[in-house]
Amino acid sequence: MHKFFIRSFVSSLVLLFTFTVAATAKDVKAAFVYIGPTGDHGWTYQHDVGRKAVEAAGFKTTYVEGVPESADAERVLRQLANSGHDVIFTTSFGYMNPTNKVAKEFPNVKFEHATGYKREHPNVSTYAARFYEGRTILGTIAGTMTKSNVIGYVASFPIPEVIRGINSFTLAAQKVNPNIKTKIVWAFTWYDPGKEAEAAKALIDQGADVIAQHTDSTAIVQIAEKAGVYAFGQASDMDKFAPKAVLTSVENNWGPYYVDRVKAVANGTWSQKDTWHGIGDGMVVISDLDSQMPADLRSKVKKLQADLASGKVHSFTGPIYDQKGNLMVAEGKTADDGMLAGMMTYVKGVEGDIPK
Amino acid sequence: MIKIVKRDQPSKVIFFFTPVLAIFLTLVAGGLIFLILGFKPFEALKFFFIVPIADKYGFSELLLKATPLCLIAIGLSFCFKSNNWNIGAEGQLTFGAIVSGGVALLFYDQEGFYILPIVILAGAIGGMLYASIPAILKTYFNTNEILVSLMLVYVSKLILDYLVVGPWSNPEGFNFPETRQFSDSARLPLLFEGLRIHAGIFLALAAVVISWFVFYKTYLGFQMKVSGFSLKTAKYAGYKGKKMIILVFLISGACAGLAGVGEITGPIGQLHREVSPDYGFTAIIVAFLGRLHPVGIIFASLVVAITYLGAETAQIFMQIPKYTGQVFQGMILFFLLASDYLLFFKIKFIGTKK
Repeated sequence: MHKFFIRSFVSSLVLLFTFTVAATAKDVKAAFVYIGPTGDHGWTYQHDVGRKAVEAAGFKTTYVEGVPESADAERVLRQLANSGHDVIFTTSFGYMNPTNKVAKEFPNVKFEHATGYKREHPNVSTYAARFYEGRTILGTIAGTMTKSNVIGYVASFPIPEVIRGINSFTLAAQKVNPNIKTKIVWAFTWYDPGKEAEAAKALIDQGADVIAQHTDSTAIVQIAEKAGVYAFGQASDMDKFAPKAVLTSVENNWGPYYVDRVKAVANGTWSQKDTWHGIGDGMVVISDLDSQMPADLRSKVKKLQADLASGKVHSFTGPIYDQKGNLMVAEGKTADDGMLAGMMTYVKGVEGDIPK
Repeated sequence: MIKIVKRDQPSKVIFFFTPVLAIFLTLVAGGLIFLILGFKPFEALKFFFIVPIADKYGFSELLLKATPLCLIAIGLSFCFKSNNWNIGAEGQLTFGAIVSGGVALLFYDQEGFYILPIVILAGAIGGMLYASIPAILKTYFNTNEILVSLMLVYVSKLILDYLVVGPWSNPEGFNFPETRQFSDSARLPLLFEGLRIHAGIFLALAAVVISWFVFYKTYLGFQMKVSGFSLKTAKYAGYKGKKMIILVFLISGACAGLAGVGEITGPIGQLHREVSPDYGFTAIIVAFLGRLHPVGIIFASLVVAITYLGAETAQIFMQIPKYTGQVFQGMILFFLLASDYLLFFKIKFIGTKK
């Protein structure tokens, strides 16, 4: 019921806003396709926050939530393309093939696919965020705050995006504390509070006193709160779900990009792009730092954040070795985007093997 | 005072009337929910049930959606009619998709007319194999088929997960959990250019005709019916119960497996983690709404299919939460089960008493 009120309150606010700016509203209509419910407080929630920013900029928007990556995705896309939407954001990897397929049939509609790599037609762009930069910050905090030197990490699927996150997290933690070990549990889900909670419990049982996550629910931070260990929020600021456990969160901030792209459609300047933005462009945002963190750590993190934003520090700066001790990135060099995009090996200090 | 009296015999009229009543009550209750949520109920119902199928494309999508539901429900009706509670059609669908997908992947870089029949056959066999597990455990070890078939759903989904994440994942796909795309020869032909409706609909129609023939024209159909009414009678009559149980599970599994084939070789064209948005479970509603009658199942699959399409349209045009589609499916089953009460009981009004 509570959720319902909030939702209707928010939607009436949005409605009110739409009416007040109606006079200046552009004719461009944007649509968003979501994998989960807008109330997941993770991945989809943040995309919807981005959508509201587009509304606030004076554009009309439509969204469809809970669209499975099955045969249904294609129908929803076609229906949106057919009903007067000029740009369609498809916000889950599994929409990649349907997006490209429907894009072919609607050359005048622009398609923006999140986290994919296929741009088969000139009206398809892809975009993703350099979340690994945020994980460099989390690793620095985790390495400093851990007492047991065991850090738990709940991972989703063994794809480069997730491996990259584990690596940048571990590298940063090792830098401040060479003795740490990162233990991984693969949940094989993006959103399943039950499974995620089990994974977190298993890691805590193995001695982890800081838990990081690459899954979307708030279950892990809540388990951490109960167990009295530290955790980090994923996708949105999860502090309110576990005020003691959450030290900070890495927020996905899609709003500026969405507004930019919809405006480009309105101005006729839209063109195909592959966007990969990080802290510097504001697509990755670090939430408030918890006061449990010592002041010097907080100022160190602030500085690191600024250096990552300016490009002075790169998450993957050599020397970096893999688990077997082979050199991955030479001293003084940084990993290029090609290497990051295809990263499928753990760095030294991560325990276990990548599931095959 | 209201008195409830047991009927001597279930009413035949009410038997076929209650599904209609259930749909009507669902519409009324749905309208009420829309009203409470602050939407105009008639407009919402229009976007839910009329707009999605108002054009040729929409209608073709309805048939596309109804095809797997109809196919699975027909298979389930063999089980349900004979008192075998196969709840695991979703698992049989998934396993059918795995086996046929595996075969399709073997031929990923080849073309040839022989590929599609092998792929289809593989899917049916996969579904049958998977359905035979609860059947054999039930007949020879007296296990509960509800539990076994349901649990096997989760097993099949984990097997699929394992395959698409690991050994079968697309080598050029950055380890994302999906396989290669199948070759065109492994895809079901489309019926019309520009529409997604594919040849799989003929499989569903064939299943309808065959099931009607078996139910009403064969000795097996009669045996199933008797076992459905009373297992003791069936035993007394000397029917070979075990054989029949295994047979109905195999038929059911084959249908579910074929539904899986239809999805992956029809609109999807590859294997990934979500080959079915729980068609196997929704088909249980379809089977009961259709009164386990082949023609009834056709209508029921269309009605339930439209709740999926309507939910999308209602969200796109009226911002009604998409999950109301599932609410509608739940309400249909709820009202159907509730009104089935009238089958067996009469409500009598007799005077008032203080």
